[in-house]
Amino acid sequence: MSDDQAILEFRKVSKKFRRGQLHDSLRDLLPSLAKSFFRGRSSKDLGEQEFWALRDVSFALGKGEALGIIGPNGAGKSTILKTLTGIMNPTSGERIVRGSLSALIEVGAGFHPDLTGRENIFLNGTILGMSRAEIREKLEEIIEFSGLRDFIDTPVKRYSSGMYARLGFSIACHVSPDILVVDEVLSVGDWAFQNKSMEKMKGILGSGATVIFVSHNLKAVTTLCEKVLYLEKGQVQAFGPAKEVVDAYIRRASAQAQEAKIEGKPAFIEEVRLKNGTEDGSVFRPGEKGVVEVAVRAPDWDKGMAVALGFRDENYNMFFYVDSCRLGAPEFFLGPGESRTLVFEFDMHLAPGSYFLNVALTHPQLDQVLDHRAPALTFVVHSDVDVRGVANLYPRLVER
Amino acid sequence: MLQSIRSLVEYRDLLLMLTWRDIRIKYKQSVMGFLWAIFMPIIIVAAGIMVKIAFSYVSKQPLQTEHIVTIAVKSLPWAFFVACLRFSSNSLISNPNLVTKIYFPRIIFPVSAVISQLFDFVIASSVLLVILAFLKVGASLQLLWVPLLILILLFLALGMGILFSAANLFFRDVKYLVEVILTFAIFFTPVFYEVEMFDKWSTLLLVNPVAPLLEGLRACVVLHQAPDLMWIAYSGGVAVVTLLVSVWSFARLEPLFAESI
Repeated sequence: MSDDQAILEFRKVSKKFRRGQLHDSLRDLLPSLAKSFFRGRSSKDLGEQEFWALRDVSFALGKGEALGIIGPNGAGKSTILKTLTGIMNPTSGERIVRGSLSALIEVGAGFHPDLTGRENIFLNGTILGMSRAEIREKLEEIIEFSGLRDFIDTPVKRYSSGMYARLGFSIACHVSPDILVVDEVLSVGDWAFQNKSMEKMKGILGSGATVIFVSHNLKAVTTLCEKVLYLEKGQVQAFGPAKEVVDAYIRRASAQAQEAKIEGKPAFIEEVRLKNGTEDGSVFRPGEKGVVEVAVRAPDWDKGMAVALGFRDENYNMFFYVDSCRLGAPEFFLGPGESRTLVFEFDMHLAPGSYFLNVALTHPQLDQVLDHRAPALTFVVHSDVDVRGVANLYPRLVER
Repeated sequence: MLQSIRSLVEYRDLLLMLTWRDIRIKYKQSVMGFLWAIFMPIIIVAAGIMVKIAFSYVSKQPLQTEHIVTIAVKSLPWAFFVACLRFSSNSLISNPNLVTKIYFPRIIFPVSAVISQLFDFVIASSVLLVILAFLKVGASLQLLWVPLLILILLFLALGMGILFSAANLFFRDVKYLVEVILTFAIFFTPVFYEVEMFDKWSTLLLVNPVAPLLEGLRACVVLHQAPDLMWIAYSGGVAVVTLLVSVWSFARLEPLFAESI
């Protein structure tokens, strides 16, 4: 096996699921069972109650690469992972896995509540594919990482859900397979533990493992992965370099949010666009120029208007607010057929992270909100220097 | 079949851990703990002895040590067999998290369920061995048949357990069927009685593949005779065929487990 050969490959993988109960009656159950028993369900056509959870998904991943899978809920992300790990077989298509694979689809799956933390480390470790000798060797490290030394001989049914998840993650990240599959597990534990987990993931990546990573945390995806697969309704929307694909995803999601109702409003926001320099873009480096264009129409409003922009962080705290009046443009007026686009420029002196931009169309004197989009846009700031918070003070270590 | 054995060898650590888990949690939070492995069979044997006393009262024949020993020798393997089926047929549906979230060969579930029962059986048998020695039942070369008989019983339990565990995943009806059958099976299986009591009907009773094994155990442990080899071969054949069929169908159905559970 040469190094440039794909360690993992999906070739036109499709997976069909059924809605509702598996079988309604004995009459439709027996034939379908007989069929599946002798042929396997490989029909290309959809039955009445069936839908495609995955449709012709193809991608390949080389050794040591990290792939992020993103997409809205129900896009088929978890189905990909389950097909990948062999929990489910694809309805059609082919998956090729070269090497050992360990999947972390849910932390603590396989814990037994009556067993102690230590016993569960052994149980869960072997379930995830470690040998007992290997676990014995790493036991101290796992306990240390989880920070649960005082409770390690307590049955896990007495653990809080945070402790439970921390122990689960600690075990999982000490498995060292060729391919690690991680499903939205970086969001366990408190802030400090999440940071620790993130560092650990970077370490695993650095050690040359191939990682597949499913997350809604776009910041984590762009930080950890070079390649990203964007999935929607079971189909691949984009596959390529992380920055581009995340950007495409954000733009698509924002576009869908823009299809909000406008009927019946006297004045409304027609479109909100975010540009990175001159092109549409939603991934920035600290200090880069961002341009926000807000297009407004007022079919039935003859009073003055202003546009307000609010920036919020991942926890949805507003950290920056500005409106067109404050920037020296007094209220503006539009005729019924007219449209106007206001262009704002910002210097994105922000810490790495994902941010939301809310846009509102207001009547400045009456404090009346005519239309608002919350969030109108999502964007990501990406940096090699990992700092915390919202503002970026561009730290440098001058003397050490 | 070979594939399944190979995967069991490959995942032997996991098999061991799951077995250990089953043994460990069975007696957690119980005061008696592992002593239950001995008490349970004692209760069953006591029940059998009561039946025997009733028999001897009706037939006006005195109760002999030999009868009591026979009860013990037969009811331990029977209790083991019943526990195996009960436990392994539920082994997949009682672990939905592992079935839907993590991949490893699913056959580990029913197999580990049977092995954990085997553990109890071994403990109880050792105790029985001491008692038999104490009662001066005596030993003979015929005892060499015992491992073979137990092995056939184990194969039978494995085969049926694997089949039921998969069937149970698709249809929970199986759970109730197994429960009902096991409850009444003691009447059709020569545990508290001997097939020879039924003369010409004994053949019908021996069709139950467990029956020749229990009779065989009685023959070699209590009577110091060779078991009826014809019937033992029959049981062995049934056991091997059951095991092959169940492992084959299990492997066929395995990919559907995660979405059907």
